[in-house]
Amino acid sequence: MILENNTSYQADERGYYGDFGGAFIPEMLYPNVEELRSQYVQIMQEPSFQEEFKQLLKDYVGRPTPLYYAKRFSEKYGTKVYLKREDLCHTGAHKVNNTIGQILMAKRLGKNRIIAETGAGQHGVATATVCALMGLECIVYMGAVDIERQAPNVARMKMLGATVRPAMSGSRTLKDATNEAIRDWINNPVDTHYIIGSVVGPHPYPDMVARFQSVISEETKKQLLEKEGKENPDYVVACVGGGSNAAGLYYHYLDEPEVGIIAVEAAGKGVDTGESAATSALGREGIIHGSKTLLMQTDDGQITEPYSISAGLDYPGVGPMHANLFRSGRGEFISVTDADAMTAGLELSKLEGIIPAIETSHALAIFETRKFKKDDIVVINLSGRGDKDLNTFIEYFNL
Amino acid sequence: MNRIKEKLQEDKKLLSLYFTAGYPAIDDTVSILTQLQESGVDMLEIGLPFSDPLADGPTIQESSTAALHNGMTTEKLFSQLDGIRETIHIPLIVMGYFNPMLQYGVEKFCKRCQEIGIDGIIMPDLPLAEYEAEYKEIFEKYGLINVFLITPQTSDARIQQIDAASDGFIYMVSSASTTGAKSGFGNSTEDYFKRIAAMNLNNPQIVGFGISNEETFKAATTHQKGAIIGSAFIKHITKNGANSVASFVETIR
Repeated sequence: MILENNTSYQADERGYYGDFGGAFIPEMLYPNVEELRSQYVQIMQEPSFQEEFKQLLKDYVGRPTPLYYAKRFSEKYGTKVYLKREDLCHTGAHKVNNTIGQILMAKRLGKNRIIAETGAGQHGVATATVCALMGLECIVYMGAVDIERQAPNVARMKMLGATVRPAMSGSRTLKDATNEAIRDWINNPVDTHYIIGSVVGPHPYPDMVARFQSVISEETKKQLLEKEGKENPDYVVACVGGGSNAAGLYYHYLDEPEVGIIAVEAAGKGVDTGESAATSALGREGIIHGSKTLLMQTDDGQITEPYSISAGLDYPGVGPMHANLFRSGRGEFISVTDADAMTAGLELSKLEGIIPAIETSHALAIFETRKFKKDDIVVINLSGRGDKDLNTFIEYFNL
Repeated sequence: MNRIKEKLQEDKKLLSLYFTAGYPAIDDTVSILTQLQESGVDMLEIGLPFSDPLADGPTIQESSTAALHNGMTTEKLFSQLDGIRETIHIPLIVMGYFNPMLQYGVEKFCKRCQEIGIDGIIMPDLPLAEYEAEYKEIFEKYGLINVFLITPQTSDARIQQIDAASDGFIYMVSSASTTGAKSGFGNSTEDYFKRIAAMNLNNPQIVGFGISNEETFKAATTHQKGAIIGSAFIKHITKNGANSVASFVETIR
């Protein structure tokens, strides 16, 4: 893990990525956020922290995850595609890299109560898992609508000893679960750490979560050097909801201009249908959950509800790092519809024997339209496995 | 002189009320303002509803959702308030979240406030550092007082910083919580009231969050200049209708 922010695409001292980021928080949250902000870099740099973090990533999460050359998929699309197998992490997705890091952070800050938000339940499960591991109380806020849609993950969190509290406000989905978690933190400012699940929220969260996820690109560099004799691929590709798996894959490539960065957003039923989560196309600059970023909103500044078949991508904002990649032109943003993502997920299953999460399937779907050269090396973050989406696949394809 | 500063000089404990604009019905705004003034309330906070009110408990969340559903917007509120100074003479503060202000345009927003005769702004999620770096000049250009919050967890050093940046009053959040009436204050809350009073700040303090009745109003104003009631008032008009303002204010003092 590189702990120095040394590129212009990283957060500055005030937590800004270009025009985006910052900490737009009510004063009630200031002590909590300031406590974290003033200590997170120092804590992460402590040798004992690094040692414990790396050991847990190795022995508990199962890192390093393989970088797998997808031969049949590559042949089909006439380019060289590698899959970074985050789906093989314990709990089935990259989310656990961050929760391991944050639970160690929480312990060093002396916190004994953990709160988190979750949409589809993946981050909730990853948080409940590390709380069980460390014996800390865990409360997960989840939209009442999502609790009904994602019953198996609710059951997992309960088995892991977490309390799942329904968010009953607003549209009762991820953004409302995040609101409820923030309100909990306002009400419990002393003993509680809030484990945010993505590169969103007030500074220092986007930077801290990106640093914990940066193990993905750290490993990719080493693995690609072994396989291809060079650290840098031509492109790195990841799906973006809030954007934590993307931030992890991009992190060590942000200041390598020869590496193309491709971000894939969920177009839902189509960018112009009114049922979409393609924030870069539909969003304007605004404030959501304490961060200035691109977000989907009405002309009047009310935050709107996004749509995607994938519960992990239907966030109305995007992390400030990604907003800056979009605005600066450093990143190429592509949106993929539900239908194309589902088809791509099924295709990878048949070509490579890997059933991807629907979130990840969005990243796989770009090859139908975005053409690459024959000798291009393209690394896709295979951010999660598709077990959690089985019901959606069954219904969609009448399996 | 700004009406807020004038009011703060009066030798009395101030009662300020918050309500959500556009609730219970879209056109209740002026009527509620008028009733509040007639009931002897000293200062008013007009809540501009937001879809994601992070610092608010269920009562204000629900009134905000209802107000947005009723069609309330920033422009709609301003048009309702045009001409309000012909009848309303007490200080008026717009309270809301920063994103709607940002989308309207911060300068345009401030300019409209000045045209209407708004005296101050409370935006809980516009923090001190951002305000001073980006927006202070604009607020001041249009004669608007920006009100900052402190909580029991705010450090003395930060309180001094906020006091120095304030030019009116400090909004003193009574406890570590979102908005919404609780049953009363404990000993630690009273200690907090005393501790802040003993700091002899330049700006008087007005206490908000958790003030719901005569008892909590008295407790909050023993050591501070005034108190703000929001959720309890909204609950009252939810139950008794938008014309029942006087019967609520009578129970407070």
